[in-house]
Amino acid sequence: MNIFRQMMVKPWLTEQGAVVELLDERTFSQPTPKIGLRLFLIVVAVFFSLMLSAYIERKVFSDWNSLSLPWLLWLNTAILIASSMAMHYALVNARRGQIDGVKTGLSAGGVLTFAFLVGQLLAWRELVATGYYVSLDPANAFFYMLTGVHGVHLIGGLVAWWRTMAKIRRGQDAVQVRLSVDLCAVYWHFLLLIWLVLFALMLLT
Amino acid sequence: MVDAAHDQVDFVPPAEVGEMELYHPKSWLTKYVFSQDAKVIAIQYSFTAIAIGMVALVLSWMMRLQLGFPETFSFIEAEDYYQFITMHGMIMVIYLLTALFLGGFGNYLIPLMVGARDMVFPYVNMLSYWIYLLAVLVLLASFFVPGGPTGAGWTLYPPQAILSGTPGSEGGILLMLISLALFIVGFTMGGLNYVVTVLQARTRGMTLMRLPLTIWGIFTATVLALLAFPALFVGAVMMTLDRMLGTSFFMPGIVQFGEQMQYGGGSPVLFQHLFWFFGHPEVYIVALPAFGIVSDLISVHARRHVFGYRLMVWAIVIIGALSFVVWAHHMYVSGMNPWFGFFFATTTLIIAVPTAIKVYNWVLTLWRGNIKLTLPMLFALGFIVTFVNGGITGLFLGNVVVDVPLSDTMFVVAHFHMVMGVAPILVVFGAIYHWYPKMTGRMLNVPMGQIHFWITFLGAYAIFLPLHYLGFLGVPRRYYEMTDTSFIPQSAETLNAFVTVIALIVGVAQLVFLFNIGWSMVKGKKSGPNPWRATSLEWQTATTPPGHGNFGPTLPVVYRWAYAFGLPGAKDDYVPQNMHPDQVAIGDTADLSGTAAQPAE
Repeated sequence: MNIFRQMMVKPWLTEQGAVVELLDERTFSQPTPKIGLRLFLIVVAVFFSLMLSAYIERKVFSDWNSLSLPWLLWLNTAILIASSMAMHYALVNARRGQIDGVKTGLSAGGVLTFAFLVGQLLAWRELVATGYYVSLDPANAFFYMLTGVHGVHLIGGLVAWWRTMAKIRRGQDAVQVRLSVDLCAVYWHFLLLIWLVLFALMLLT
Repeated sequence: MVDAAHDQVDFVPPAEVGEMELYHPKSWLTKYVFSQDAKVIAIQYSFTAIAIGMVALVLSWMMRLQLGFPETFSFIEAEDYYQFITMHGMIMVIYLLTALFLGGFGNYLIPLMVGARDMVFPYVNMLSYWIYLLAVLVLLASFFVPGGPTGAGWTLYPPQAILSGTPGSEGGILLMLISLALFIVGFTMGGLNYVVTVLQARTRGMTLMRLPLTIWGIFTATVLALLAFPALFVGAVMMTLDRMLGTSFFMPGIVQFGEQMQYGGGSPVLFQHLFWFFGHPEVYIVALPAFGIVSDLISVHARRHVFGYRLMVWAIVIIGALSFVVWAHHMYVSGMNPWFGFFFATTTLIIAVPTAIKVYNWVLTLWRGNIKLTLPMLFALGFIVTFVNGGITGLFLGNVVVDVPLSDTMFVVAHFHMVMGVAPILVVFGAIYHWYPKMTGRMLNVPMGQIHFWITFLGAYAIFLPLHYLGFLGVPRRYYEMTDTSFIPQSAETLNAFVTVIALIVGVAQLVFLFNIGWSMVKGKKSGPNPWRATSLEWQTATTPPGHGNFGPTLPVVYRWAYAFGLPGAKDDYVPQNMHPDQVAIGDTADLSGTAAQPAE
């Protein structure tokens, strides 16, 4: 990787110290906000992987009682996949410079995300109604916590989504909002991936 | 050698790329309070951290009063003592040292040293400070809730942390957990800024290997913090749920006061893993910026290039990576599999190798340097000695067979206070004496600084060397009093009283430092832009203190590393990083042949 090559330089030597060869001041050629988001996603990935390792560590004990997942979670998964696809549709249109497509994609993505969050709440209600209380069993506690923090991250994403929508309403064109849409799409894909891993782990019991 | 050897370098136009859109404050409020300028944020961070640090200092006095003169002070009950311990530890490690090194020095030095106008996400940077302040206020609030702050020990081990026998289990523990979560959210916002600014906003010619080691230290420490703090966050969230909603993440089945509690099936050791997966990198989150800063202080005040710069950078990165695979050496007595202990003892001892390389390189930087015993240099030398001291006891404790009998004794207290208490704090002081002239345009008073240094340095040894001995005697840590314990000799009590008296004196000496900061701001000698004749970019700013946007109309262009001291043929004994090669030489008579010896790695 480039960064390792840069770290091999001997700064005290004349030929390697020559300024003419070393004009590039950035480590990565990507726009700075994209680097910021990637770094943040690494932090979020560490956060979820720590929670998941706690989950897996607890799960291997024999007194683990799985809760029966409501069928609604399958529907929610489909909705989240659709919202991620809608965000990607917006990104493709932003790259082509078609603001109408961006609007459609972003609006659909946002609405579907709301639908997902409502669906998750309904799933919680269903579980509570059938007696799976949060304090009853570690399996329940992990389920509510993992779905909860995932939802909180999506709500955070919706703040960025709202700001991007506001930019479009103020009349910015596809080129101007392209970076924002790009960031939203990457974040949505990432949270979809997290959800798929969470859901798969909860099914595998 | 290096730069003087350039005969001709093509003219490099001022940077056109890399200029950022700066936020220009419109009112007093957005300029000095809700400021997005990293320098103002740095000063806000520093003052808040030092203020809360003073609270922790007073708490340590209270603990020492109790230990030195047991059964004398009616206002210190056993519960109070546990609360003092907990809050002292947590404040010093997280709210003072982490916030000061990364939020304070990081914010001030990163943009200036890499040649940026400001951090890359200034608004997020501002939010970072205000969330940190909120975290501090929530923490302070716990002193005023019924039951007081938590007394669970700074490690907050469950189940005792949330059971009713522990002081502060009503509200204190919750406020502590919430405050930690807020701190981590705030830190993450700042940390993204520090890392991305170093990666993406360096000025023209400032390659990674031309960065001052201060930046390398802060940068690597921030990466560690971004990866390690989530573990504490997860632990805090899960323990909050255990306490609030009655979940059993960490709580096993427990009988309390003869009654079966509703908890069951949780794992207390899981919390220990999460805590120390954060806790050990935390040691290096504090130590790496100190390493970096001390390298620069030594280089500038000994007028010599850092010995083995490239190895120093790699050592910082390797120490950072290794710090993630040693955490369970804090848990040797948790009943782990002996092979685990063997593994973690091995990795712990391996960390000594890059650390020793750094110590050798500091000493070799001083070797044949033109050592000036300025205040920053005194503190830097004090750091090296203290860090070696604390590091060597760390080698003892890293071995399972030595750790098991010494675990939970005063020896451990002495070890970690030397290595991550006294040593980094000496660097904090050295750094403040070094950069204060840049921040204010005035020098700190030297006699006051001398008094501060000698009392702090000698006092720290008078406090912590005896604690090693007390640890060998078997005096346990975290005990409220030891009066009638048969195996503790009478002399241990005398020693404890001595330590307490010294601790009070050292604490008072810090007031000299605080007074000096205030006094010198008004009465201090004018420093000029570059009083230490240093090479790095922060000393080359157009105005002192640096104005909005740090540099003049154009960003500086960097032609060399930050350690160009004593170049033959140069007109001065230092060459600033941004001095054009054509201006370096004194005239035609100078030796520009480039035949002078080059520094060996």
